[in-house]
Amino acid sequence: MATMGEVERRATAVADGVLAATADEIDRDGSFPKAAVDGLREAGLMAALIPVELGGMGASMSDVARSITALGRQCASTAMIFAMHQIQVACLVRHGSTPELLEYLREISAKQLLLASATTEIGIGGDVRTSSCFVERVGDHYKLSKNAPVISYGDYADAILATARRDADAAPNDQVIVVCRRDGVTLQRTTEWDALGFRGTCSHGYMLDAEGPLADVVPVPYGDVSSRTMLPVSHMVWSSVWLGVAEAAVNKARKYVRSQARSKPGVVLPAATRLAELVSVHQQLQGLVLGALARWESAQADPEELEGFGFTIAMNTLKVAASEIVVDVVNRAMQVIGISAYRMDSQYCLGRHLRDAHGAALMVNNDRITQNNAQLLLVAKES
Amino acid sequence: MDDEIRAVLAEHARLAVDVSTLGDDTDLYEVGLTSHASVNVMLALEDAFDVEFPDRMLRKSTFGSVAGIRAAIGELTQTAV
Repeated sequence: MATMGEVERRATAVADGVLAATADEIDRDGSFPKAAVDGLREAGLMAALIPVELGGMGASMSDVARSITALGRQCASTAMIFAMHQIQVACLVRHGSTPELLEYLREISAKQLLLASATTEIGIGGDVRTSSCFVERVGDHYKLSKNAPVISYGDYADAILATARRDADAAPNDQVIVVCRRDGVTLQRTTEWDALGFRGTCSHGYMLDAEGPLADVVPVPYGDVSSRTMLPVSHMVWSSVWLGVAEAAVNKARKYVRSQARSKPGVVLPAATRLAELVSVHQQLQGLVLGALARWESAQADPEELEGFGFTIAMNTLKVAASEIVVDVVNRAMQVIGISAYRMDSQYCLGRHLRDAHGAALMVNNDRITQNNAQLLLVAKES
Repeated sequence: MDDEIRAVLAEHARLAVDVSTLGDDTDLYEVGLTSHASVNVMLALEDAFDVEFPDRMLRKSTFGSVAGIRAAIGELTQTAV
């Protein structure tokens, strides 16, 4: 295994400290992991992807992905919040080249700001590449009203990056990203988040009203930001969260089998054989995530490659495959551990991981992504 | 060739404007071409002109205007002769 980088080391310290102590409580209460996020802030990790000259850590996507997996081993909700924040930061780092947005990146670094996102909208049929709401341009200011079925941790974010049509006359797919800063934002909660898993992400629905300077509208069309950054980065960091969930389950299974083996040395336990099979499936998931990250690292500076159908198909496949394998891993870990995994009062209980694992395929629905790939494959010839 | 391209766009591009009003260099994405519809346009063009777009041509820029589409098809039909 490679030497642990600084980003991963700091994330692991937060994971093994405050997160290990509070993960069950966050899940039970569906509460925002404030102590853990404060820990990530103190460690400077909100600016992990921001270049050093803008006050950040200048980390690679692979560094950040490993830190997300480290968090995911303890708390899927915290890992997902951190992952979603990094997606927004990546979009700004790669596409926010105006002086005002560069200054905002410095501010994110200095104040360790937490960014959220509002892409989905009521009434667009679930296609985030179209918007109904639009940027109302009044002099050098914007106004925006968006009925968002989900803004994860919206109440706790320092800014919400919202997609909208470029202006009142723009087509539904002619979208931009608006950096809606907290001091110009009003949130009215419309739905509650009480779900099986990822409970600490506090993914409530909101009516978002925002206003601010027009300089907070990202200049690059959202379609380009999406294909070159948001879509591939989302699928890589989400998969890194799920890898963490899978590893939590695998680690419990390994610990369980070791304790069983110690009580009966020399006997080949059925659970030990099942563990060997489980580890093989886990390794497939690990390989999938590492392979996608390697592909990203070599393609990330090349817009032509990033917009190629082969790259998009590969990143979509990562999401669909990883979200299915994580459920398989946790199910297999249940089989290894048996009744102790099922019991809520056992140290080997897998209840939280099982519930979190099922969110992977559902929170962003696999069917839509598979349909998208099915369509691209009608014209794409190579992988 | 232009008439056929425009006929394909009229049937499959689902633009917010009438195809006859499109200039040669009008940005099709700005008048409502979605990535979903663009795949249907590619398929219909492959059928209409009996070509296969290689992956290097499957880029937003290739299908961003009538002129772009004409250039791509022109390149493919020339090499086929």
